[in-house]
Amino acid sequence: MAYTIVESCVNCWACEPLCPSAAIIAADPHFIIDAGKCTECEGDYAEPQCGSICPIEGAILNSLGEAINPPGSLTGIAPCRLAETKAEIQAR
Amino acid sequence: MEKKNPEYRGQATGGCVKSACGGSQAQLSHLPEEIHKKVHNHPCYSEEAHHYYARMHVAVAPACNIQCHYCNRKYDCSNESRPGVVSELLTPQQAVKKVLAVASRIPQMTVVGIAGPGDPLANPERTFATFREISKKAPDIKLCVSTNGLNLPEHVDELVKCNVDHVTITINCLDPDIGEKIYPWVFWKNRRVRGRKGAAILIRQQQKGLQMLVDKGILVKVNSVMIPGVNAHHLQEVSKVVKQKGAFLHNVMPLISESGHGTFYGVMGQRGPTARELRELQDACEGNMNMMRHCRQCRADAIGLLGEDRNAEFTMENIEAMDIDYDTAMTKRLEIQKSIEAGRKAGVKRSNGVSVSFASFQQNAAPRSVIMAVASSGKGVIDQHFGHAGKFLLYEVSDRGVRFAGYREVEQYCDGNETCGETEDRLQRTIRALHGCEVVLCSRIGIEPWTRLEEAGIRPDGEHAMEPVEEALIAVYQEMLKTGLPEKSVPAEQQALA
Ligand code: SF4
Ligand code: SF4
Ligand code: SF4
Repeated sequence: MAYTIVESCVNCWACEPLCPSAAIIAADPHFIIDAGKCTECEGDYAEPQCGSICPIEGAILNSLGEAINPPGSLTGIAPCRLAETKAEIQAR
Repeated sequence: MEKKNPEYRGQATGGCVKSACGGSQAQLSHLPEEIHKKVHNHPCYSEEAHHYYARMHVAVAPACNIQCHYCNRKYDCSNESRPGVVSELLTPQQAVKKVLAVASRIPQMTVVGIAGPGDPLANPERTFATFREISKKAPDIKLCVSTNGLNLPEHVDELVKCNVDHVTITINCLDPDIGEKIYPWVFWKNRRVRGRKGAAILIRQQQKGLQMLVDKGILVKVNSVMIPGVNAHHLQEVSKVVKQKGAFLHNVMPLISESGHGTFYGVMGQRGPTARELRELQDACEGNMNMMRHCRQCRADAIGLLGEDRNAEFTMENIEAMDIDYDTAMTKRLEIQKSIEAGRKAGVKRSNGVSVSFASFQQNAAPRSVIMAVASSGKGVIDQHFGHAGKFLLYEVSDRGVRFAGYREVEQYCDGNETCGETEDRLQRTIRALHGCEVVLCSRIGIEPWTRLEEAGIRPDGEHAMEPVEEALIAVYQEMLKTGLPEKSVPAEQQALA
């Protein structure tokens, strides 16, 4: 059971210092999680720390390969409302 | 800012706003004595001191705990010449070494800041390890920090202990309904808090932190990013409140939002303010409090006198090879700083400096202002060829000083190879983009564009190559005053600032 960081990671460093298991490595071309060390934060935090601070939708996956932060979850704008919101913003 | 200035990355927190080099004394005179003293030698805050002293920023704190819609958090961003972008991430040990190396070689360097990329207080271990070492090894150096404020209250005591005397907080709003349009989430107590609730926490922490810092006698500057249709109408209120609470400066800077920067606002097409909107807001806020007028858009790790970027000299590789004896260096630093002070008292100007005093103007009826365009790569000097400039910085120059008035993007019509077939058209478009400007300053310019500019009523000026932008602008303005300012129709100026 472990989380994974995928290519869309922007190397922002936010997750690295938070991991209670020191499982996150600043690697090239992007950060990675050591699957052997990741505990999914169990016993330490109610919510996985990396997934709670990562600014990029889709950059971290759970053990099922699902995005912790799916599209729209971080911008607060559901994909179906994207065009509408864009028009609103452009009218400012 | 800003990967940008202080804690920004999408946006320059160095926030070039406006300037009035001659006005510093009057500007600061309302401040209590002890604050005045603190500001006196700070190259970022004192409008006069920035001609004499230097500051540097070290990038030790990459992580951030909130998301601002104007920020792209991508760390290895290739577009590194953007203002505020820090190129080299340092460990605290490396940062200390770099500071000592620079301090021994540049005695005028009196301020070290930790700003962006990232939030210094979201990386407290790295930030404080750096500050503690510097204050131990180089106690004569002032420390400053820029933060989004979320973790500020819990770190105020530590900031006091490290002798940090300047803090910049980026405050964009007081109202969570506005805040949720700027900050989609914050990371608070090990959870992500979204929307209005998250914004409310951030605002509460910022205001609390501001109050605590003021109570401890630490100088606080507030930066705000002006976002049309979001917080533009609200920033006057912000200005009033932060002044009441004791911030000594408020700096309103324009949102810089281009889709190429990959920020949420950029991608969604949120516009930045026009030069006129920015100016009107700055004027309105000025009634409220002391606005920052001289700050330039600097790269966050710029070293040197403001506007003279010497970063390339101090790569980690060069520093490792340097042999630093800080005690000796410190003696030398104190001597040089003493002679600078003596010079300042005597009113002596910087050796290479043009006089920046406006005293001589002030007796006459105020002459009108002139809009000038500058081709500069953003390091504070006029260092770009007219044809190579991708954008021009606009300034309004008047008897009150120099004020940054936004920028115009253009296509580079000359990309260095001879096959620029459309030269004609692009030059035409550039000239149109500069409409309303009366002078354009650049390091060099070709004959063809020179003639075409003159035909369009814009005076090309290549005489101030590599000079600091403000001093050059003032020199040109003084020259124009001497020969008499030409009549100028108001609509043209309005168009320039629209
Ligand atoms: S889920 Fe928790 S333990 Fe696993 S990498 Fe993320 S922060 Fe570390
Ligand atoms: S927080 Fe997300 S984007 Fe940032 S380094 Fe970690 S995985 Fe990459
Ligand atoms: S506070 Fe964080 S998200 Fe906001 S500008 Fe600074 S680094 Fe970017």
